[in-house]
Amino acid sequence: MKHLLSIDDLSVDQIQEIFATASDMHDVQRRSVKKLPALRGVTVVNMFFEDSTRTRSSFEIAGKWLSADVINISAKGSSTSKGESLRDTVMTVCAMGVDGLVIRHQASGAAQQVAGWVDASVVNAGDGMHEHPTQALLDAYTLQRRLGSLEGRHVAVIGDLTHSRVFRSNVQCLTKLGAEVTVVAPPTLMPSGVGPWSESAGFATSYDVDEVLPTADAVMMLRVQRERMSGGYFPTAREYTVGYGLTRDRLAALHPDVPICHPGPMNRGLEIAADAADAAQSAILDQVSAGLAVRMAVLYHLLAGEESSA
Amino acid sequence: MSLLIKGAALFGTETADLLVVDGRIAAVGADAASQAPSGTETLDADGLVALPGLVDLHTHLRQPGREDAETVLTGSQAAAVGGYTAVLAMANTTPVTDTAEAALRVWELGREAGLVDVQPVGAVTKGLAGEELAELGLMARSAAQVRVFSDDGKCVHDARVMRRALEYAKAFGGVVSQHSQDPVLAGPSACCHEGEVSGRLGLPGWPGIAEEVIVARDVMLAKHTGSRIHVAHVSSAGSIEVIRWAKAQGIDVTCEVTPHHLILTTDLLTGYDPVFKVNPPLRPTEDVMALREALADGTIDAVATDHAPHARHDKEHAFVDAAFGMLGLETALGVVRTAMDDEFDWNDIARVMSRTPARIAGLEEHGGQLAPGEAAHVTLVDPTATVTVDRAASVSLSRNNPWHGHELTSRVVHTVFGGKVTVRDGALA
Repeated sequence: MKHLLSIDDLSVDQIQEIFATASDMHDVQRRSVKKLPALRGVTVVNMFFEDSTRTRSSFEIAGKWLSADVINISAKGSSTSKGESLRDTVMTVCAMGVDGLVIRHQASGAAQQVAGWVDASVVNAGDGMHEHPTQALLDAYTLQRRLGSLEGRHVAVIGDLTHSRVFRSNVQCLTKLGAEVTVVAPPTLMPSGVGPWSESAGFATSYDVDEVLPTADAVMMLRVQRERMSGGYFPTAREYTVGYGLTRDRLAALHPDVPICHPGPMNRGLEIAADAADAAQSAILDQVSAGLAVRMAVLYHLLAGEESSA
Repeated sequence: MSLLIKGAALFGTETADLLVVDGRIAAVGADAASQAPSGTETLDADGLVALPGLVDLHTHLRQPGREDAETVLTGSQAAAVGGYTAVLAMANTTPVTDTAEAALRVWELGREAGLVDVQPVGAVTKGLAGEELAELGLMARSAAQVRVFSDDGKCVHDARVMRRALEYAKAFGGVVSQHSQDPVLAGPSACCHEGEVSGRLGLPGWPGIAEEVIVARDVMLAKHTGSRIHVAHVSSAGSIEVIRWAKAQGIDVTCEVTPHHLILTTDLLTGYDPVFKVNPPLRPTEDVMALREALADGTIDAVATDHAPHARHDKEHAFVDAAFGMLGLETALGVVRTAMDDEFDWNDIARVMSRTPARIAGLEEHGGQLAPGEAAHVTLVDPTATVTVDRAASVSLSRNNPWHGHELTSRVVHTVFGGKVTVRDGALA
């Protein structure tokens, strides 16, 4: 495994191997000295063309706990505002002897393009509306720990699907691991061509949260991007919450063993009620710690040498 | 100055010699050689098909403003290698071709290059802003005799402005060539056909309906004003339905299709390679098949390249940020033959790549019948050759060639422009 650009790059065995490694890495988090020597002498650059706090810091800590030399570059807008092409920007950084490049970019496909230009291993840390593979891995890892197995489990993914890279990676990862997935959104926030896509990829679609929730073994809420509310996708925040939010009433109807996930940042009161976010069954903070373990596992498999790669 | 083109199959049928004297065809037939003045140069065309020089309704030459991507000279060279003898140079240069002086400058640069007729397209609106009409009449009355007006790259989206342009251009036989893209419906970042592929890839969609609503609006405006409208680079099956209906109503509408929209599909975007980023976007197979059918039945009048050279660094961005457009002049004939192999004979090729575009553009000296008295603009093609495209071999300054590595049917061997051999054995003369 040279790069991690898309969930599509991974076999089920590779995913489970990452999870097994993540489980070991999880144990490291409980140690007093959180340091492994696996990536000593390896340089990882976190190159973020788009704002991020949790993903960037998660990758940074993951690299440091594996003893890599980690450098963060906030490259927001640099390739365009200074007139430099994306290729020139990343080639310049990689000319400094970089082994791993963790890239976040506001444009779909950017990580895939970069991987075609550089020698370093590239991890896609979110590219536009396309994919966020480590988020999908950490979500699936979290649910697998909660549910035992994803095989035959019904996962409801609810929210702004059109603009969500988390959805695009998650639907691949969950179905690959045997879950039954239903995605729920108003028609205006369903991706184009979702009909034939859902048929070939093996997931279901719905506009009706209340029809889907009673059979859900897990619920994943997606963030509504407030800046999109002026885009005419739905009339008002209130109407969205009533139609598609995980409200207090819907939480009450949910079985208490059903985990609730959210990739964050959350809009409390919009797509998720505070009661749901803080409920005993909420897996949201578990996702954060799992994210660190999964990213350690991914960096390990990509950069720790061929004998250890998945 | 005389030239004898020996043994060409005219329009792929009857083999004859063509004698060219002082830039015009002097004689055609078995006895043409006997009329050749002493010192006549001979061009061996044995086994080649002779067509009237190709005419491109839609070329971006980038000069003035982006001479690093293309110049009038290098674009003319690419055109000649592709078998063209006339190109219409789009107005979206820097500065925009929206005055008679700007149009004249492009026209003069074309004359200096001397490889094809470079006919400037005038902007419809000042600065392509879509608000105020450019100096359409002054451009038309200048020595450049501009007849085609387009804000290409942008749509004239204000219906009132479009109506005025259509009405105004009637005074001098002008035609508005519309880039049909409703900017609101398509959205500011639209870069991929809206459908399953854009949904999967997370690319902002450019739905066919955003083209179709403008085509529908414009044919109704053309009907209302009694004007001519030309639809540039039509790309959707729905637009074809509208145009077919409009023609049946007697509305004076013509349209063009690019070679790439006859073969390439939106599925090519899965690798996010910006060489396939073009405007309008590559569409699904069903649209491609509808375009081929419409070209075959005459609903689509012409093939136009939308040759859009870009410097390497303008394509080396993330897909959504990269420049729109691909090269087309050097490969157009091979692509059309490859796409339309079952449907077209050489007379059809001449119709859609020379005769009709010349008529739409008002270029009376082009698109003829290869008959005595006509200007000697001739393209000579080897119909049996197959060519594997190599982008490094292009004479364009740019390399954004989507056909790199593709095998195309037929090869332009010689090009004759006004009696002068501009391309000999596939290379600039």
